Amino acid sequence: MAPIIEIQAVHKSYGAFKALNAIDLNVEEGEIVVVIGPSGSGKSTLIRCVNQLEAHESGTIRVHGLDAGRAQDLTRIRTEASMVFQNFNLFPHMSVLRNVALAPVRVRGLTWAEANERARKLLIRVGLAGQIDKYPNQLSGGQQQRVGIARALAMEPKVLLFDEPTSALDPEMVGEVLDVIQQLARTGVTMVIVTHEMGFARRVANRIVFMDAGRIVEVGPPNAIFDAPRDPRLQTFLKSILST
Amino acid sequence: MSVFETFLNWKVFVDTLPLLLKGLWITIGLGVSAIVLGAAGGLLLALLRLYAPAPVRFLAISYINVFRAIPLLVLLIVIYYALPFVGLRLNSFTSATMALSLVSAAYSAEILRAGIEGVPRGQSEAARALGLSRIRQMTDVILPQAIKLVIPPLTSNAINVMKDTSLASVVAMPDLLKQATQAEALAANPTPLISAALIYIVLLLPFVSLVGVAEIKLARRTR
Repeated sequence: MAPIIEIQAVHKSYGAFKALNAIDLNVEEGEIVVVIGPSGSGKSTLIRCVNQLEAHESGTIRVHGLDAGRAQDLTRIRTEASMVFQNFNLFPHMSVLRNVALAPVRVRGLTWAEANERARKLLIRVGLAGQIDKYPNQLSGGQQQRVGIARALAMEPKVLLFDEPTSALDPEMVGEVLDVIQQLARTGVTMVIVTHEMGFARRVANRIVFMDAGRIVEVGPPNAIFDAPRDPRLQTFLKSILST
Repeated sequence: MSVFETFLNWKVFVDTLPLLLKGLWITIGLGVSAIVLGAAGGLLLALLRLYAPAPVRFLAISYINVFRAIPLLVLLIVIYYALPFVGLRLNSFTSATMALSLVSAAYSAEILRAGIEGVPRGQSEAARALGLSRIRQMTDVILPQAIKLVIPPLTSNAINVMKDTSLASVVAMPDLLKQATQAEALAANPTPLISAALIYIVLLLPFVSLVGVAEIKLARRTR
């Protein structure tokens, strides 16, 4: 079976700065890939190229066989690959329920009754049964991010993309969000996660991708990456993380 | 004759009030039509200015700049007195509505553009990432937030339009001001003018204070 995400020879630059340099990466169905690396290494850019919030300059990106470079495929790619954002990006003028139900109605063509029912179930699943009719600004950061996860799940995507989902959270709220993601991991959904949470990465990942300066430097299972890093850049990165 | 009898003559006031109220309805009708048409035109112009391909965008920008530069009274007189020479004869209500909404559209466009640009980037990213169509991104996510941001300046603009309807009296529009000047001539007493001034103030003062309150609220929230 073909990989669910195929990334081949992808380049992207901002002016003279090479954000992505010859990236090759396949993600298999059901796999959980965690991308780590220093700030500015290109990990967020990479994940944002998958659903084309950023356009890549050359190379090909396929999601579920659809070419991300083709405008006609874009909407389908975005319905198959849902994203959870660092800053949540919930819609502040809609209730929590409406935030989750909106896209299934507008994009998948569900009725509001069907979408609300689906949204309610998902919000219960992420532990927000009591917050359904509130507005995002009435929730804590951790609760907002769980709404963000429910909103992504409501599209019943083939892939979930997490762009530093806990980086904007107060430390005491990181755990509740990671717990939800870890529960999802057990359901067999494909995930690509960009994160700085190394303990979480080790627990949840099938494969770790280490990026530095726009390149994929090392790929491997968690214990190989964390316990026996080969590349000196990865060794330095891990040392700097562990010393803080 | 005392000052009161001259400027606030009760008998003159009672006699001319029906005339003034007739004018008030025309003023309100004219103002509301121009505000609605101006807002619709302004929204279209703002979207063209932000998202249309280069030539159309340039046209939108030119329109916005020209109609913010031209004095409203001049535009009104051109429409009413000059267009008939090319065979386009518009009655005073149509001329006034047109002049007011053409100008209001230009101002509304700039206000709405600022509102759309004031919505955080993450909102359109989330809307796009969910697969919403361009139109849905606008109607479901961006515009509701943008319009909320610019309700105070939009209301200010609406107040200006309402006030500027008084210019229509120069093209023989029987609005509140025109009725007042006629009533003044008829009664040989300025009371109708004073009454008209008071009616304008009573009509618009609530909106002026509303803008003030909304601006304070907004400032508090964004701090």
